[in-house]
Amino acid sequence: MRRYLTRKLITYLLAFFIGVTLDWGIPRLMPGDPIQSMLDKFSLQSASYAAQYKIFAQQFGTNLPLWQQYLNYWKGIFTGNLGLSIWAPGARVSTLIFQALPYTLALLIPAIVLSYFFGNRLGAAAARRKWLDNSVLPIGYVFQAIPYAWLALVVPYLFGVVWHVFPTSRPYSETLVPAWNWTFIASLLDHWFLPFLTLFIVSLGGWAIGMRNLVIYELENDSSRYMRALGANERIVRRYAYRNASLPQLSGLALALGVVIGGNIVTEIAFQYPGLGQLIFNAAANNDYFLLQGIFIFIVIAVLVANFVIDLVYIAVDPRTRLSMQGSTA
Amino acid sequence: MTEPLSEIPAADSRDIAELPEAVVPVATVAEPAVAVAAGIPGGLGGGTAVGRKRGDFVYYGLRNKKLLFGLGLELFFVLVALLGPVIARHSPTELIGTSLSKPSATYWLGTDNLGRDIFAQLVYGLRESYLVGALGAVSASVVGMTLGFIAGWRGGIVDEIIQLFTNVLVMIPSLVLIIVIGAYLPSRSVLFEGVFIGLTTWPWVARAVRAQTFSLRSREFVDMAKLSGKRPVSIIVKEIAPNMASYLFLVIILLFGSSMLLASSYDFLGIGPTNLVSLGTMMNNANQNAALFYHLWSWFIPPGVVLTGMVAALLVANVGLDEVFNPKLREQ
Amino acid sequence: MSVSVENLSVAYRSRRGDLTAVDNVSFSLADGEIMGLAGESGSGKSTLGNSLIYLDQRMKQVGGKVTLDGRELPIADTKAMRPLRMTQVSLVPQYAMSALTPTRKIGTLTDDLLKSHKVRNRDEVLAEMRRRIELIGLKDDVLRKYSFELSGGMRQRVTIILSTLLNPSLLIADEVTSALDVSTQRAVGEMLLEFRDRGYIKSAITITHDLSILAQIADSITIMYAGRLAEKASTDTIVNEPLHPYTQALIASLPEVGVRHDTTTLTGIPGRPPSLANMPTGCRFRDRCPFAFAKCTQTPPFEEVKPGHYVSCWKVSQEAAK
Repeated sequence: MRRYLTRKLITYLLAFFIGVTLDWGIPRLMPGDPIQSMLDKFSLQSASYAAQYKIFAQQFGTNLPLWQQYLNYWKGIFTGNLGLSIWAPGARVSTLIFQALPYTLALLIPAIVLSYFFGNRLGAAAARRKWLDNSVLPIGYVFQAIPYAWLALVVPYLFGVVWHVFPTSRPYSETLVPAWNWTFIASLLDHWFLPFLTLFIVSLGGWAIGMRNLVIYELENDSSRYMRALGANERIVRRYAYRNASLPQLSGLALALGVVIGGNIVTEIAFQYPGLGQLIFNAAANNDYFLLQGIFIFIVIAVLVANFVIDLVYIAVDPRTRLSMQGSTA
Repeated sequence: MTEPLSEIPAADSRDIAELPEAVVPVATVAEPAVAVAAGIPGGLGGGTAVGRKRGDFVYYGLRNKKLLFGLGLELFFVLVALLGPVIARHSPTELIGTSLSKPSATYWLGTDNLGRDIFAQLVYGLRESYLVGALGAVSASVVGMTLGFIAGWRGGIVDEIIQLFTNVLVMIPSLVLIIVIGAYLPSRSVLFEGVFIGLTTWPWVARAVRAQTFSLRSREFVDMAKLSGKRPVSIIVKEIAPNMASYLFLVIILLFGSSMLLASSYDFLGIGPTNLVSLGTMMNNANQNAALFYHLWSWFIPPGVVLTGMVAALLVANVGLDEVFNPKLREQ
Repeated sequence: MSVSVENLSVAYRSRRGDLTAVDNVSFSLADGEIMGLAGESGSGKSTLGNSLIYLDQRMKQVGGKVTLDGRELPIADTKAMRPLRMTQVSLVPQYAMSALTPTRKIGTLTDDLLKSHKVRNRDEVLAEMRRRIELIGLKDDVLRKYSFELSGGMRQRVTIILSTLLNPSLLIADEVTSALDVSTQRAVGEMLLEFRDRGYIKSAITITHDLSILAQIADSITIMYAGRLAEKASTDTIVNEPLHPYTQALIASLPEVGVRHDTTTLTGIPGRPPSLANMPTGCRFRDRCPFAFAKCTQTPPFEEVKPGHYVSCWKVSQEAAK
């Protein structure tokens, strides 16, 4: 276990380091002057342009030598100071991120958890019953093949435009003022449902198919055959197979995070849902490099933390990782 | 956006396409030990064995419904892509029709907000998807196979380093990365998109190839080859690669599909190649012009359907091919 | 008779029709008899042994019947066999190294198996398991461990203990020593003998391609070739006075301790066993047999040519008739 954790920690530290360096390095490596492109968004007179340029240059640190810029960047991350945004003038980047975060989490967490849970059950059930398998499998493959973007258009079209069941954009009705009352909460849920559904559907197929394959494999492996040979009833054999199959699925969850985040961004943008995806998009569109940098590193850190949490769960669930001298191949 | 994840089972569970069991007689030397290799394609005295295996693949291949269906569907799309300019009748970028017109005899799917033929855009978008898909799959395969081979073959510290590198890369969400990079590049090319996708998805290939290399490295015929004095590179190319070929083929097909999906997401967000007609940009344009509210279904529905069809056909064909290569998976 | 197999035939389903792996096999075991079942890879010995306890979907029984302790074993009916498995007939599989699931402690696995058989006094049975584990010289905390924490030899022996925990009448041991080093092989052999002597198992069929382990533990040996029985006799007889040409060739080809083979050559049996899809008519060994003659195109019966000694060979039958 110690070796497993050490390897993981090294990976995370390295990823963090590379993430920060990339984040800091990209604007400085790209062609053109980042500050100039930021300023081009505003039509300024030459005097105010020069003054603004100086301010940004200082924020960016271009007056300092490169290595000092790098160190300052690291300092900023550890103190939580990610700079000021341009797109939302004067607002702190960290504030904007934390304002957008709840919306993203509201979509991501239920979508991931529910699609994982139900997808696994569905896949395991399909592994046992031929009739279910024959319908789940093709549907699962089709769902896996659907582009996020398309579903993010079709779902609101059907449920929002054709059948006026749900609203198709914004986090809550524009006529309401945020307050802790039922009307507001109802509106929140109302607007949340379609983007959540989109994320959920695309992920579901993948988990189902994956679990189905794993359970089929486990049901035929040596330990299952042995239990059957010793007269175990099929229910126990299935339970053991499911247990064994859950482990690779769990590591798969960690790997799928990057993909789900991508899907989340597409969904938010399609639904104009003000989460981190929408925020990063606006930042890019408006050349707000400070905001862009801040969100990138935040997402990287969040992914690393999530991976770490999953690793801990994996240790709790897999005795081999916990006890084996050799460490895990994961 | 999809990952090949669900298709590639945990690496150690993967068995290479069955090697016919060699006969090991009871406590006798009835056959020379070398005959163990007799059942192995490309091995010593393996002439008939190879022929039989290839014949087997074709036999089962022609009878596998999933493979036939998937391949058939995919071929249809490929045909459309190849005959594109002939079928399309109009150019996808010319402003020729009245904007936002409904499907008609002249414009089969109507026109977009700038009066361009949507059907033409669909066909050219299809071609573009194949192009990016190929670029992505090829670059991911090249990088992934090389690193995977090296890691699996050498083992030890080299393996650890490559694995570390792979694991780190997997954790950086590629869409976020391309948004960030894209913000600084005023114009992007198809090559850029394809290669970017390749450079962010190669870990899947590398892992699979590494696991296979490990497993194959310790098999008898490799030891045999080593004993007969062959050099490592020669062993890799002549002994290991052919046995892995079927598996690699499956992986590449999946990569192709996921590349196409990733590209469509990038294009939808506007960070795809500039001035491009693609399935993703069609959906983006439709969305920007409130196609949903104007019920312009012919604009935003067909691109998704076509793309889903192309990728689903690949996935299904892939499963069928897997069954052909792996007797264990075939239905009795 | 403890076990009686009459005219048993088992086939594999395949796309190209049924392939008969066990062809019209008959033999019987007395109470307490350990019979070795030996043959080449592909001779059908594993299929025969496994069919007595678990016929998976690839296989099907094509004919014959099996009797255990006077009652018929419904081997073709998986559901009916379930309560009999582990309790009346048990198996130590060929893949014993990976037979124990890696994600459950051995004690938990045992408990679940016992629950499956609706065993009431599970605690007592587990205590008995601990006793038997100590008996063979392992520490009794094995039940609290996971399978991967044990060495290969330990795993093999623990699997044997688990398989025999409910004192089955018939144990089928499939290649139990093949993956082990010589000293562990010996230990496992002694373990089987001890279990038989203590009554933990009544009779056993030991499937192997290694005649030397049979010399150690088997009371009788049955030689199988291409799906049919070639010869069955006491271990002594098989080793010292084999009658079937195939058996003779096998014994002759074994290296002898103390004999240097720079003066005498180790002989092999030229040729290969016939493939399942392409069985010759009559005696299946005749293409490789130095004594084959005209009558061999008919299938020789598996008959008792001397008391307790069965052979299926026309030449032997003819000699015996004289």
